Amino acid sequence: MVSTLDVPAPPRVRPPRRRDPRRWRYRLTVLSFLAPALVGIAVFLVYPLLAAVYFSFTRFDLLTTPVWVGLRNYVYLFSQDSAAWTSAANTLWLVVFLVPARMLMALLTAMLLTHVRRGAGLFRTIFYLPALAPPVAATIAFVFLFNPATGPVNGFLGLLGIDGPLWFDSPGWAKPSLVLLGVWAVGDLMVIFLAALLDVPKPLYEAASIDGANAWQRFRFVTLPALSPVLLFAAVTGVIQTLQYFTQAAVAASVASGTATTGGGVSSTFGYPEESTLTYPLHLYRTGFRYYDMGYANALAVVLFVVAFAVTLVLLRRFRTFAGGR
Amino acid sequence: MIRFVARHSIAVAVALMFTAPFVFVLLTAFMTSDQALTSRLWPDSWHPENFVEIFTALPMFDYLVNTVVYAGLATLFMLLSSVPAAYALAKLRWRGSNAVFVVVICMMMLPPQVVTVPLYLMWANAGLTGTLWPLILPMLAGDAFGIFLLRQFLLTIPDEYLDAARIDGCGEWRVLARVVLPMARPGIAATAIFQFFYAWNDFYGPLLYTSEEQSNWTLSLALSQFKHLHHVEWNLVMAATVVVMAPVIVVFFLAQKAFVRGVTLTGVKG
Repeated sequence: MVSTLDVPAPPRVRPPRRRDPRRWRYRLTVLSFLAPALVGIAVFLVYPLLAAVYFSFTRFDLLTTPVWVGLRNYVYLFSQDSAAWTSAANTLWLVVFLVPARMLMALLTAMLLTHVRRGAGLFRTIFYLPALAPPVAATIAFVFLFNPATGPVNGFLGLLGIDGPLWFDSPGWAKPSLVLLGVWAVGDLMVIFLAALLDVPKPLYEAASIDGANAWQRFRFVTLPALSPVLLFAAVTGVIQTLQYFTQAAVAASVASGTATTGGGVSSTFGYPEESTLTYPLHLYRTGFRYYDMGYANALAVVLFVVAFAVTLVLLRRFRTFAGGR
Repeated sequence: MIRFVARHSIAVAVALMFTAPFVFVLLTAFMTSDQALTSRLWPDSWHPENFVEIFTALPMFDYLVNTVVYAGLATLFMLLSSVPAAYALAKLRWRGSNAVFVVVICMMMLPPQVVTVPLYLMWANAGLTGTLWPLILPMLAGDAFGIFLLRQFLLTIPDEYLDAARIDGCGEWRVLARVVLPMARPGIAATAIFQFFYAWNDFYGPLLYTSEEQSNWTLSLALSQFKHLHHVEWNLVMAATVVVMAPVIVVFFLAQKAFVRGVTLTGVKG
């Protein structure tokens, strides 16, 4: 993409020196590009974060004004709210199992694609497609497929003589079922891994082969090190996405329970069965918009923010690697 | 040769696993509601009228319009506000640009639930809860993911082109309009598709703001409630599922190249 015109290198635009009136014009130009985004940062990031911290020390519902209660929300959160602990444990469970399962599947399918000679493009498209399925639609499809009585999955297991579990209807199997759903829709991660795999210089593999490295050694000492920045990125963003895990858990619970009372809305079935799919964000949402305990919901939000921010810091420390630096 | 066969059979097996759910959904959508409750996988008789029924029994068409309005306006507004911001971050030098970029990344990573209650109260005060505007209007003030992705695309455009235009006396806005926009078209298209899909698939936002106001529901929200609105008729639920999935998949096939490149850029550097 280098211009072939033989002209002397043009001077880079630099911000003019201090005191130069052009400096101010340049600043105004930059500001004109950024103004909407700066407004967005102020109104949709800074303000609500500060408001959430303030509200977390108060008690109110939609109709009353906030009353200062000091640390009471936090004391309640850490000492009495068993649902907060259940939901935090569920979210942690998903972080521990869903994130590695997705990364493993993405890596395996991406490596498979690099070895397929015929129809690689078609396979890539097929492997990728589930990631496109709208989460609500995909979740409903999975609840149907894994329906213990009539779904094809247990029908198939029955043919093999296996008595299939209750999947989304069983407190023990509901979260593993959600992991299967996440593994199915792994295409976005797979495409990222595939691009990284194709970037690994071929001669490295050839040199390793000449040195007598077997397939596992080539993977362990060539592929993995080359992939490590991408793997780190995938792990961190995976954890952050899982911290906000909401839609699939809400929809699976709603559809699997099947008997939602009208009027309660979606949130009346959150956690079905037996709070096993109640993730932390679902608990937060239910607290705020079903029980209208807005002050306490903000205390839950502040704790979520602290955790998510700590994870984001890991990413920011690798800022240059993944942002493409300048 | 054995390797070739082995690898390709594994690939075919995996491909079957990935496609099977789509196939079952599609087949069930054509069944009678009685057969949908059996374990017979192939429709005994085909009932395309299921697709008509979901549009007549429910205001699916209204939900479709709501979804298109939400996704379309959100995408348009996102581009209007985020392209200039991405340009300033990728192609202009100024003190604090790294700091602003870090803030953008933090915003992108922030779980939406953290700021939900204060924002909900803000929109309630403005009288806009119950509508989709609280999801559309913020796009006029830049979208963190859009800015991030567009910046990654713009970084791949060589500065030489911009400098040439500057020497010809173009101001920065003209450089953006005349030089950068034409070259960045694939990146802008990919970002637009991402935003459109995000809004199309969005469940949390419409649930938060419109769950009490059924006339403003989107397809995703309506689909999540379908079973309750329509009892347990799995064939109709699956037909509705097909209707929600199909446009996304069609758009994907039309714009596959730009799309895959976009996904790749969300990962590491280009």
